[in-house]
Formats: sequence, structure tokens, C-alpha cells
Amino acid sequence: MSMFEWLAPALLLLFAGPLHAAEGPGLGAPANEADIAAWNIEIQPDGKGLPAGRGLAAEGEKIFAEKCQRCHGEKGGGKPNDQLVGGFGTLSAPEKPAVKTVGSFWPYATTLFDYTRRAMPWDAPRSLSNPEVYALVAFLLRENGVIGADDAMDADTLPRVVMPNRDGFIPFPRKPF
Amino acid sequence: MSGQNTSGAPPAAGGGLLDRRALFEGALGAGLLSASGAAAETLGDPVWTQKPGANFTPYGQPSRFESKVKRVWAPPANPATPGIGASRTPHQFLDGAITPNSLHFERAHGGIPDIDPEQHRLVIHGLVKRPLVFTMEALSRYPMKSRIAFIECGGNGGSLSQPVAQNVDAQAIRGLVSCAEWTGVPLSILLDEAGVDPAAKFVFAEGADSAGMSRSIPLAKAMDDALVCLYQNGERIRPGNGYPVRLLAPGFEGNMNVKWLRRLKLVASPVMTKDETSKYTVLLDSGKTWQFIWPIEVNSFITRPSPGIGMPGPGLFEISGLAWSGAGQIKTVEVSADGGKSWAPAALQDPVLPKALTRFRIPWKWDGGPALLQSRSTDAAGNLQPSRAAMIAERGLRGQFHVNCILTWAIGANGEASNVYV
Ligand code: HEC
Repeated sequence: MSMFEWLAPALLLLFAGPLHAAEGPGLGAPANEADIAAWNIEIQPDGKGLPAGRGLAAEGEKIFAEKCQRCHGEKGGGKPNDQLVGGFGTLSAPEKPAVKTVGSFWPYATTLFDYTRRAMPWDAPRSLSNPEVYALVAFLLRENGVIGADDAMDADTLPRVVMPNRDGFIPFPRKPF
Repeated sequence: MSGQNTSGAPPAAGGGLLDRRALFEGALGAGLLSASGAAAETLGDPVWTQKPGANFTPYGQPSRFESKVKRVWAPPANPATPGIGASRTPHQFLDGAITPNSLHFERAHGGIPDIDPEQHRLVIHGLVKRPLVFTMEALSRYPMKSRIAFIECGGNGGSLSQPVAQNVDAQAIRGLVSCAEWTGVPLSILLDEAGVDPAAKFVFAEGADSAGMSRSIPLAKAMDDALVCLYQNGERIRPGNGYPVRLLAPGFEGNMNVKWLRRLKLVASPVMTKDETSKYTVLLDSGKTWQFIWPIEVNSFITRPSPGIGMPGPGLFEISGLAWSGAGQIKTVEVSADGGKSWAPAALQDPVLPKALTRFRIPWKWDGGPALLQSRSTDAAGNLQPSRAAMIAERGLRGQFHVNCILTWAIGANGEASNVYV
């Protein structure tokens, strides 16, 4: 069962009777998808939103060394900023610090594309081309042992990647709101 | 005199806690108050009385004698990334329930953007009949609503997950919650204008900051009480809090109140952004992780006394603090002076508003001996703030986020308070 399925009954219940009688002056201008395309960047877990282009880990490795390594360490080993690779086995070992990385923790590979493209490199976000983002994603997934060395990442393959901690997320035990 | 209750107010619990009604009914005897009052001094006219003061200023500043009252923030792990992290509210120096705008906590993932409101736009699209784009001028012409609400970062209180109690103050532990009067357009009005498709279940909200901070908000919440805010305590929202426009999702985890709001997309299921998967989720000892902990859970802490705000000597003091819950109103706050062995109900300062900070107070006669001060709150839904031990039993120590356990201040013989675990 997906995260969303267990939330659905609670959400529907709450949505049954919203109280919104107020009306506005209707000042929103019609927007067409072409005009807002540059802002329409989020990637959904089913791959909706993924652009054309593809990338390989070998290409990503070069880009990472050039644009990411100074903050995330060699091959994503961490320091000064987040460790992006490794940490396997630490989540269910409460006596040890949890090492939450893309590989050990993230439930969806699509999030890695979304986040890298929107926010990284931290000091030059939105500067990577789509093939560069695919290549970086392929590199980080390969380093985490999630995909093979020659697996190209694109709009078709990325949403089909199953992350190791995909089923690690559970509902909060108290009612959502 | 110490240890002797000469006030006439009945004791309410161990360790010198007095009946809360004494605060308002004047039952505190003059004898006790004068015992700790200052010695008589000869009064004259100071220099500010003997000549006229300064001219007005266009935008006010606090007195120069209040310079210690300021936000603080930890330097980022990487000096190359200033503006990553959070500035904290100095609650130990404040009273009342409203946080001044200059002291409201700020959390940023990519620094604080300098947004020109003329160029900023808010887009609503996705599963809607009519995708729309709003200028800030257009938004300012909509019917508005005001409400007083707290916002709390999901990471507030994280230091209480440290295995050893940190030698830090209230600001460092609980400074990532603040409360303001927020004014804006009910989101439901804008969504109705766009015409929500029945397939939509979430609103993906995204900021215009360089981090593009984004969250998936349940549509039911968006239609219920969410506001697209332009004003904070009567003036335009401060840059660090989302200028020119932010979302308010009352009672929900801080970063769902998306700042620098530029896009709302109606979607069928959560987008699973970095800040709702990798971060703002709670890892349990089992290795499983709670996700989508939307409302902030019931919480409270004592702001005075607290580290740095000690007592000069034995006598009568007011213990004061803040309580809040994302589930609604605060119903009761209890205070203990003996580390949780006995509890006395505190007085709640009016107005007690849902999803807002609530000030509590209780008189306390400190006898000069060691004391362990705690507060615990219960909300209108009946949720009781857990002890630290109860919290750890449920979720371990590695969760990082949504830490709402009881905070303990140990009072030493010198009257100073420090953070301890009991
Ligand atoms: C100037 C330093 C810097 C550079 C360069 C940089 N990052 Fe980051 N990165 C950060 C910071 C800071 C964060 C944390 C952001 C936050 O707190 O929201 C981060 C977070 C991340 C995360 C999320 C980590 C997690 O587990 O939540 C990923 C993935 C990431 N960066 C990938 C990259 C990639 C790929 C590049 C190169 C294209 C890159 N970064 C370049 C500073 C940097």
C-alpha cells in the first residue's frame, strides 16, 4: 500500500464539508502552460514531469567532481554538507547514529532529479542542463549500488528505479489533523 | 523568611508553587513582597527629564538598552553556505504571546531572497479548470482574513534528542517557534476561482527562493483554514518570513507554511519532495520512518526563569512560559517545581486561541533550595505533552524532528537555571 492510500480515507472525510462561502473579485489572469513552463519543474514519483534527455553515471562522475564534490565530498562521501552515498544498515541500528543518504534513506529516485535540478549546486541552482541532471542522478544511484554502471537514466528508466528504503516510510500513528 | 509562605496564597504543589489565582486576586501579601523589595533610595531628576528627548524616527527601533534581545543562529556547517539554517526567537526576554516581527524565527534553505513584489507572481495550476496567475497587486484586492497563529519549525527542540543535556538556553532549545497575527486571502477563494478538479487531493506549494523549497499540502487543509498571507503583525511580511507572500497552514509543521510562495499546483498525490522525505520525517528505532507528521503536537516550556534569567535570591517569583498545539486550543498547563513529582495548574493568559502561542503564569515562592522546573500542556483534543522518557520510549532518539517533550530547568543555589534531563 502506498503512503497515499492510507492517508486517503482521512483526507476524504475532512474534505466532505469545507466552509468557504466567501468570493473573490476574480483578478487571477488566465495562465497558459507555455507561459509557466519554466516554473513547472516538480517531478512526481510516477515520473510525471521528467524532461527529455538521458545521462550515464560515467558522465555524472565528472560533473560531480567539478560541481558538487567541494561541498559533498569525494564521490558523495559527505562533509561539509550532506553525505549522499552509503549509510546502509544504520537505520535499524538504534545504538549507532543514523546515516541517512540518498541510497540508504530516500524513498524515490525521482526526488533526486527534482531536488538536484531545482536546488543544486547550492550556489548556482537551475544552472544544470537536463542531461547533466540525469547523469548526476545516475552517478549517485550507481555509487549507492542502486543501478548498474551502464544503466542510463531518462524519463523512462528513472521512475522504475526502486530505492532500497522505498517501503521504509510509515504513517504517523496519530490522526493526520 | 525563606520557605515560609507569608503570602496568604495557598500552596498548589510541592517546591513552593502557589495557587494561580493569587496572581489576579491580590492574595499575595504585602509582607512578602516588601521583604525582597529594594532598599529606599533618594530620587532625583535624571538627565532625560531635564532636557527634551530625540526627534521621531521613520521606522522604530527598540531602546538601546535592549540590545541583548536579538535572534541568534548557529554558523552553517559549510562557511560557503551562509543563509542555510535558522535564526531563533529570544523567548527568555519576551512576554505576552505575539512575537515582534524583528524577532520572529526564520528558517531558510537557500538564504533569504530579495524579491521585487512588482515582478513576483503566484501561479495556480495543475488539476484545475482555469490555471491562473496573480500579481501581488491583484492579491491585495481580495477579501482578507486575519488570524493569530504560531509557526514552529519541524526541527524545534532537536537538541533535546542529544543523549546528554546541552548547556544552552531557551532560545537555543525552543527558539524555532514564534507567533504573529497573519493577514491574507483565504486560499479556498483562490482555489475556487481556479476551479479544483475532483481528482486533486494535494496542493504542491513552492517558493521562489533559490532552494525552491516545496511541500505537498493536503487539499482538505488548503480549503479549510489556509491563508495566502501578505501581512505579519500589521505590516507587510518580513523578507525572512516570506516577503511578499507566504502560505499559512495554521498548526502545521513550519516549512509547510511555504515562504516566498510562487506556485500552487493541484496534484493527485504527494510530490515527495526532498523536504518531505529526506528531511522533516522521523526515523524510529525500528528503522521505519514516520512521514507526513503535519500538525505540530502539543508543547510548552518555561521562559522565565530559564538559563540567563535567574533569581537574585529567595522570594516570590512568577514562573511564565508558552504553550501551543497544532490540534487547537491549549486547555491546561501544569507546572512542577519538583521535577514532575507534583503539578499545579497555571493560569492561562487570555485570549487562548487555537493554534496560537498561549502564555501561562503561576506564582512561585523560591526558598533558595534546588528545584526542577517543568511545564506540561494538554490541548483541547486531550493530547498531553509527553515526558522526555515517554517520547524516547515511543520513537527513540534519532528522530530529529517534532520533539515536543517536557523541558526541565534545574535551579541551582545561586538562582541560575540550566537545562537538565530528569
Ligand atoms: C556550495 C555547497 C554545495 C554545492 C557545490 C552542492 N551542494 Fe548539494 N547541498 C548543499 C547544502 C547546503 C545542502 C542542504 C540544503 C538544505 O538544507 O536544504 C545540500 C543538499 C543536497 C542534497 C540533499 C541531501 C539530503 O540527503 O537531503 C543533494 C542530493 C545534493 N545536495 C546534491 C548535490 C549535487 C548533485 C551537487 C552538484 C551538482 C551539489 N549538491 C552541489 C550544498 C552544496
